[in-house]
Amino acid sequence: MAGILIYSDKNDYALELLTAARIITASSGLDVRALSINNDSQAEALAGAGAEVCKINNTAIALADASALANAIKQAVEKLDINTILLSSNLRGRELAGRLAQIIGTACLTGVSAVKLNGDKLECQRNALGGATVATQYIATEKKVIAIVPRSFEKAPAGTGKISELEVDVQATPGLKLVETKAKSEDSVDIEAAEVLVAVGQGLNSKDDLPMVEALVKALGGELACSKPVATDKKWLSEERIIGLSGKKCKPELAVLLGISGQVQFNVGIRDAGTIVAVNSDENAYVNKMADYVLVDDLHKVVAELNKILA
Amino acid sequence: MNIVVAMKQIPDLQQIRIRNREPVLDAVPLTLGNIDKNALEAAVAFKESHGGKVTVLSAGSEDLEDTIKEALAAGADEAFLVLDDELDGADSEAIAGILGAALNRIEDKDLIIFGEGSGDNYSGQVGPRVAEILGIPLVTYASSIEINDKTAKVVRSLEDCEEIIELTLPAAVSVLAGINEPRIPSVTQILKAGKKPKEILEMDDLGLALAEKQVITLSNLAPESERKQILLKSADELVKALSSQSLIGR
Ligand SMILES: Cc1cc2nc3c(=O)[nH]c(=O)nc-3n(C[C@H](O)[C@H](O)[C@H](O)COP(=O)(O)OP(=O)(O)OC[C@H]3O[C@@H](n4cnc5c(N)ncnc54)[C@H](O)[C@@H]3O)c2cc1C
Ligand SMILES: Nc1ncnc2c1ncn2[C@@H]1O[C@H](COP(=O)(O)O)[C@@H](O)[C@H]1O
Repeated sequence: MAGILIYSDKNDYALELLTAARIITASSGLDVRALSINNDSQAEALAGAGAEVCKINNTAIALADASALANAIKQAVEKLDINTILLSSNLRGRELAGRLAQIIGTACLTGVSAVKLNGDKLECQRNALGGATVATQYIATEKKVIAIVPRSFEKAPAGTGKISELEVDVQATPGLKLVETKAKSEDSVDIEAAEVLVAVGQGLNSKDDLPMVEALVKALGGELACSKPVATDKKWLSEERIIGLSGKKCKPELAVLLGISGQVQFNVGIRDAGTIVAVNSDENAYVNKMADYVLVDDLHKVVAELNKILA
Repeated sequence: MNIVVAMKQIPDLQQIRIRNREPVLDAVPLTLGNIDKNALEAAVAFKESHGGKVTVLSAGSEDLEDTIKEALAAGADEAFLVLDDELDGADSEAIAGILGAALNRIEDKDLIIFGEGSGDNYSGQVGPRVAEILGIPLVTYASSIEINDKTAKVVRSLEDCEEIIELTLPAAVSVLAGINEPRIPSVTQILKAGKKPKEILEMDDLGLALAEKQVITLSNLAPESERKQILLKSADELVKALSSQSLIGR
C-alpha cells in the first residue's frame, strides 16, 4: 500500500516529521518510511525512534544542490511506492518541496503548521495573506508534497526501527558550484525553546539601551528576541532572534513585547504564546489588541522600573 | 546582460481588514509583492552599474497592465505579461508552467530573479519549480549577488550558515527580503512608466490552458484572538498581575 515518506536535512526536524506522519497514518494503517541522505547519524537517530529508515549514500548528492536532492527523493518515492512526502519547511526544505513537486508533477504546500486526515483528505493549515489569515487547504492529487514548519510537532520518542540501504542514480547539477560554507554568527540562541521571551522592536532608542533590556531578560529568566528590522536593518541583534513569518515561531508561556507595533508578519510568530504583555507608547498600536496586559508608556521607563522592582 | 525579474500582483496587504474573521478584499488596491520589489531593485542596480536590460515578467489578471507600471517606474525597461482573470490565486504549479513557457519566449536572458516568497502566499515554490522546468541552476535565499561575465557569485543565507555558490549563466536566483532597499520612483518616472514597452500574451498564445485547481482551500480565516487586553497603569501593576499568575518569581 502506498505510504508516507519523510525527509529533512536536520535530524530534529526529521524526528518531528516522524510524529506528524504517525498522526496521519494512525487511522489509515499506511506505511511510514524515513529517508536519510548522506547522513548516517540521522539514519541511526530515526531508527532509534522506531522508524523504518532508507539510507542513501551517494557522493553525487550535495546538500547545497537541491535539484540533485529532489531527484534522489523522487527515485525513492518511485521505489518505495509513496504517495505523500513530508519535508521540513526550513529554508532548504521549502526549496526542495517546490523542486520535488515539480519533477513529480504534483501540487505542494509549504509552511504547513498543522495536519489532519479527514476522510481521504489531508487537511493542512498554513498562513495566508502574509500571515493575516490561516487557510485550511488540501491537495487534490494522489501524490502530495507537504513541508511542515519546524516545531509544529514533538520529536518522536524512542523505539526500535531498522535501516536499509537504497540506491539512486543522480547527477550533480551542472553550472552550480559550492565555493564555501560559513557557519553563521556565534550567537546560537534558541528562542523557540524559551519559556519566557522579551522581544524588542524599533521602539528601542538605540543599541545602548539593550543592556537594560538584557537585565530584564535575566530577571525574568528568559531569552531576548526581536522584531525583524531590529536584526536586519539596525543589526542590533542577530537574525536568530527574529520572531515572525521569516523568523521563528515561538510558544513561550510569557512574552513581553517592547516597542513593537504588532504587524501580522511579526504576530504569526508569537500568537501561540500563553500570556502576552505589550509595552508601547502608542495607545492605538495594533500590538495592544493581541496582548493580555497592555502598558501604554515609554518602554525605557517601564524597563527601568521593572528592573528596580525585580532586583 | 539581460535580467528578467518575476513579480507577482497581490492585494496590498496593509489595506486588508478583517471582519468576522474573514479578510475583506473588496476595494483593496493591487500592488506587487514586497520581496519582488527587492528582486527588481537588485536587477535595476546591476543595470545601472553595468548596463543591460531589465524585463519584468508577471502572470495575473487583466489589472496587471496597470499594476505593472509600479515596476516600470522603479526601473524595469519592459514588461512581459501573461493575462487571464483566473490567474490570481492559481496553483503554484500552474504559475510556474506559465512563467516557464513565457521565459522560453524571452530570448536573451542571462539571469532570472525571483523573490524568496510572494507577498500573499509566501510559499517559495515558484522559483524552484521554474528552475526545474528550464533546467537551469538556481540559488535560493540570496543575501548578495555579484554578476560577472558568464558567472554569478551568490551568497545563500540559510538559518545556520551561509553558502557561497558560483553559478554559470544563464541561471536563476531568489532573493531575501533584506538584500537591498527598493527605491521609491519619482513622479516623472511614474509618468514615463506608461510609455515603456509591454508584451501582452494570453494563455492561448503560449499554447496553455489552465488546469483545474489541485490545491483546494476549505477556509481562510483570521486566527481567533481571545486576549484579555487589560490596560495597566504602571510597572508595579504589571509585576503584580504576572506574579499572581506565577509567570514571574518562580
Ligand atoms: C514578507 C515579509 C516578512 C516579514 N517577516 C517579519 C518577521 O518575521 N518578523 C518581523 O518582526 N517582521 C517581519 N516583517 C516586517 C513587519 O511587516 C514589520 O515591518 C515589523 O515587524 C515592524 O517591526 P517593529 O514593530 O519593531 O517596528 P515598527 O513597526 O516601527 O514599530 C515600532 C513600535 O514602537 C513603538 N514605540 C516607539 N517608541 C517607543 C517608546 N519609546 N516606547 C514604547 N514604544 C515605542 C511605536 O509606537 C511602534 O508601535 C516582514 C515583512 C514582510 C513583507
Ligand atoms: N503570478 C506570478 N507572476 C510572476 N512571478 C511570480 C508569480 N507568482 C510567483 N512569482 C515569483 O515567484 C516568487 C515566489 O512565489 P511563491 O512561490 O508564491 O512564494 C515570487 O517572489 C515571484 O518572484
